[in-house]
Amino acid sequence: MKTATADLTAAAVGDAYTFKPRDSGLVPRGLTLAATAMIIAILAVIMLNVIWQGFGTISWDFLSSPPEQGMEAGGIFPAIFGTVALVVLMTICVVPVGVLTAVYLHEYTRPDSRITRIIRVAINNLAGIPSIVFGLFGLGFFVGFVGVGIDSVLFADQGPLWGQPAIIWASLTMALLTLPVVIISTEEALRSIPQELKDASLALGATKLQTIGRIILPQAMPGILTGAILAVSRGAGEVAPIMFTGAAYYLPYLPHKLNDQFMELGYHVYVMATQSPDVEKTKPILYGTVLVLLVLTFLLNLVAVVIRSRIRMKRVRQ
Amino acid sequence: MQAESDKLKDISAAPSAATGDTSESKQAAPMPGKFKMTCEHIDFFYGRQQALFDVSLNIEKNKVTALIGPSGCGKSTFLRTLNRMNDTIPSAKMLGTVRLDGINIYRDIRDVSEIRTRVGMVFQKSNPFPKSIFENVAYGLKVNGITDKAVITEAVEDTLKRAFLWDEVKDKLDKSAFLLSGGQQQRLCIARALAVRPEVLLMDEPASALDPISTAKIEDLIAELKRDHTIVIVTHNMQQAARVSDYTAFFYEGYMIEFGPTTRIFTKPDKKKTEDYITGRFG
Repeated sequence: MKTATADLTAAAVGDAYTFKPRDSGLVPRGLTLAATAMIIAILAVIMLNVIWQGFGTISWDFLSSPPEQGMEAGGIFPAIFGTVALVVLMTICVVPVGVLTAVYLHEYTRPDSRITRIIRVAINNLAGIPSIVFGLFGLGFFVGFVGVGIDSVLFADQGPLWGQPAIIWASLTMALLTLPVVIISTEEALRSIPQELKDASLALGATKLQTIGRIILPQAMPGILTGAILAVSRGAGEVAPIMFTGAAYYLPYLPHKLNDQFMELGYHVYVMATQSPDVEKTKPILYGTVLVLLVLTFLLNLVAVVIRSRIRMKRVRQ
Repeated sequence: MQAESDKLKDISAAPSAATGDTSESKQAAPMPGKFKMTCEHIDFFYGRQQALFDVSLNIEKNKVTALIGPSGCGKSTFLRTLNRMNDTIPSAKMLGTVRLDGINIYRDIRDVSEIRTRVGMVFQKSNPFPKSIFENVAYGLKVNGITDKAVITEAVEDTLKRAFLWDEVKDKLDKSAFLLSGGQQQRLCIARALAVRPEVLLMDEPASALDPISTAKIEDLIAELKRDHTIVIVTHNMQQAARVSDYTAFFYEGYMIEFGPTTRIFTKPDKKKTEDYITGRFG
């Protein structure tokens, strides 16, 4: 009896289990690698093509002079200037509104209430609207309604001053387009702030507004800047929202008032690619412009990333 | 926030449903002088779940009152009703009256931040702001409208000395509070709460995450602080309650089972439950 028990134990320990590998792991690894390699390859082809064909065009003259001879010669300075101006104006418009909205949603409403959920659905839908629809909305609302309204009330009989496509309307339209990005990333930042920090502030007699201004927003700053970065790169690359609301085919001067039209790199590419009488002649300039657009977007991102990491570093060191 | 406080105010004025009490007894003037805070018939709800059942408790001035009991017994919830920190929790509801120096803090004080300036709080997890040591202590002064730099500088030094932290941090006031050890961070949080000179200091398990040496320092500090402040401390540690407190309240499943001088509670408690808990038979 005793030996039988001992044998059983020995068998259980000795023979244990034998595990069989169910697959070698090569197939999933190969599939995922192939997908990744495809993306990298496509990206490389695009980048190399643009650099290869556009790099020769880049010169100081190209960057600093206006287009000439129906865009078959000359540079793209007005388009660079217009793009930067558009993005800056857009950021000034979108960041405060987006941040305030996120603060409202996260700090002033119950997170699970019906109204909050409806607003969130609305924001997500806003993010899903095709950009050309924003362009048409901008034309109808900002140019046709707000602009024309300003003209008829303040500048009657002076011809259209504000009721025409202009950089301010294009910026506002672009701000609408990028609003969800700013709201969503700000909200994410707000969500990551521990309740203990807010409690600590409130327990010291700080009001809600003081807590938001002194604790919550400084803590959320990297997240807010991430939202601004994403908005900027999106805004610099979109053409559809500005086609009807302010971008010009060609302008002999730089925009210097909010109600001036402006040239923009993306729109300039579109114009040269589709409207040029001699595609072959404009091709080097076209590729040069694309390259500048890519580099500019990259630089804008870089600046924002640097600012963000500075803030993070400062907070850690202090 | 305002709507929330209005709701609470209305509720606190209404008769307590759970006890069938009338509002008459609530209007009776509490004993002045001896008691800093008085709590009558507190019922508390998180949504539909009731967390406190008819808790009445008076907190004596310049004494340490300890709240003990197993996890989830309602002692922290009760503590947070004393400075209206529960206002921040959506769907929380309270019935009953809490008075500070005879003033109903849910009904007669409109500005919640005023209550929290007078009734300070230290939390279980040390939660310094991601700011410098100096700024942490100065925060309460700044949000309460003090702008004079010289006044703030002096108050910060004075407060850190009162918290026995000055010698350890005086050379690194502009450094991040996160560079301090866990025990120092918690004492900084106490200093931060002391800076606004609260009349009452609520402490929610202030030493539960600390080593014995840091814990001893905080207990020494509590003994020192009760000269100027009234202290209410929640603790899991019964030896700690016995060491630092003058009065002890035992909470169990949302009810306050027993309340009395600490020496009596720990030597000959009236209730069987209290004795079982203190002798470690459950909890």
